[in-house]
Amino acid sequence: MSRFQFPKSIISRPLYGVLKPRQGKFHLMIADAEGAEALFDVALADPEIMAKSHIMYFPKNTGQSYIGKLEELGAAQLYIGPSYEASVSRLRKILNDAKVGLQIYLTGTESLIGQGMQEVAAAGIPHTEVQTEHRGSVARRMQCVHCKGITEDVIYDPFVCSHCGLNLFVRDHYSRRHAAFQGVCVDAENPGDIPDPVELYS
Amino acid sequence: MSAGTNKIVVTVTDIVEINKLVKRFKFERADRGQLPVFSGGAHTVVEMLDRGVTRLNPYSLMSDPMNQDAYTISVRRDDEGRGGSLFMHQQVKVGDELTISYPVNLFALDLRAKKHLMIAGGIGITPFLAQIKQLSALQGHFELHYSVRNKTVGSYVDELTEIYPRNTHIYYSDHGQLIKLVQLLDGQPLGTHLYICGPKSMIAWVRETAASIGWPREAIHYEEFLAPQSGKPFEVELKQSNKTICVGEHQSLLEAMEAADVDAPYLCRGGACGQCETNVISFDGNFFHRDHWLDDSQKASGKKIMPCVSRFEGKSLVLDR
Repeated sequence: MSRFQFPKSIISRPLYGVLKPRQGKFHLMIADAEGAEALFDVALADPEIMAKSHIMYFPKNTGQSYIGKLEELGAAQLYIGPSYEASVSRLRKILNDAKVGLQIYLTGTESLIGQGMQEVAAAGIPHTEVQTEHRGSVARRMQCVHCKGITEDVIYDPFVCSHCGLNLFVRDHYSRRHAAFQGVCVDAENPGDIPDPVELYS
Repeated sequence: MSAGTNKIVVTVTDIVEINKLVKRFKFERADRGQLPVFSGGAHTVVEMLDRGVTRLNPYSLMSDPMNQDAYTISVRRDDEGRGGSLFMHQQVKVGDELTISYPVNLFALDLRAKKHLMIAGGIGITPFLAQIKQLSALQGHFELHYSVRNKTVGSYVDELTEIYPRNTHIYYSDHGQLIKLVQLLDGQPLGTHLYICGPKSMIAWVRETAASIGWPREAIHYEEFLAPQSGKPFEVELKQSNKTICVGEHQSLLEAMEAADVDAPYLCRGGACGQCETNVISFDGNFFHRDHWLDDSQKASGKKIMPCVSRFEGKSLVLDR
């Protein structure tokens, strides 16, 4: 089961919905890993939509498991990329050529949704108009508030910043501008006093 | 008290007849000081003392928002209206003093937009005149589609086509020229924001067409001032103020409260901003909701009323004011 119900948290924490087919001439769907399952649901709800859709998909650790079924959806264009990061220039080109009326669907990990949102909002689509649905891993993209370095796929709290090596506490405080949650030094007052890492939401 | 209730006393320093329907008024501060800067799309509420009746009508500011020496507004004469525009056209003379409110903007440009697409109908051009001046100073990218009946009543058509020939598109409806809306809205670059000011039917047409093409709701901005409509007189009990007032045939509920010295909040006086929303304690009769603020379920609930434009008919109405 790829769905996870996030517990209620501070207002800064992003909330996700359930993707629904929308009225529009073109649809851009960006998904990673288990996010593919949300796209299957959209296609099921409106089989016509795929002929007007461009799917960008990043399998991450799911390998080939969803590829065959995604190909069967009959999207106008299906791009399977090695990683989101490697595909940003492609996404920018798509958004640069796009017209008002393009509908955006972001689904999969919070990292993918957040970064996709960053590009889409920069292209001029109000973030409130973008549909999102979380699927799969609850690992987070974290920004170290001290060195500003980004650590991807953080699943333990606290964790070690992959840039400066500080032990960071995983906060729900989110930055839309950086598309990252904030990591704050956990042992600043008592250096070395580091709680045992616990898996997020375990 | 809300921002728009701060007042400025001004002198009318110029009145220009733009065409047979529209006059332009220039206001300068009576104390010769500077007026506040505003943002394109803002309006001011003009107080009119018309034979014992106080009218407060909102008008869009059309002058350069950075010009602090004077404000200008354009008033279209409405012979069928309650008399505010006729008062401005017939009674107000150069040298008169008037009281106006601080500017309030309920129709601001979204400056995140990569392009501003403006659709104006008739006198709905006025907020765009200020917005265009603001955007010109900021090197903003805009395109204006302006529909008027014909050349003789097309306010500011010549000025716009002369200064912004590449951005301005004029449509004369008497000559069958209509805005080709589907072609216009379909194919705009991502990040375009749409602004509409004009008659109710035009606003509805543009909004519906945009929605069918999949335009984001937040990228669509519109402004329509509703004038309060006349209706049967009715009585209202104001619980907080401990007063019972009578709303006259040509008076709005808000105006009646003000006439009774009740401090009722307001901003737009046109059913758009939500500032005057008032709780209903009890009622026996029918509401005539005319605002754009309350949703249908709120209107049906009988628990809220917008006194600036809405009315009531029936046995009793008690408000929490």
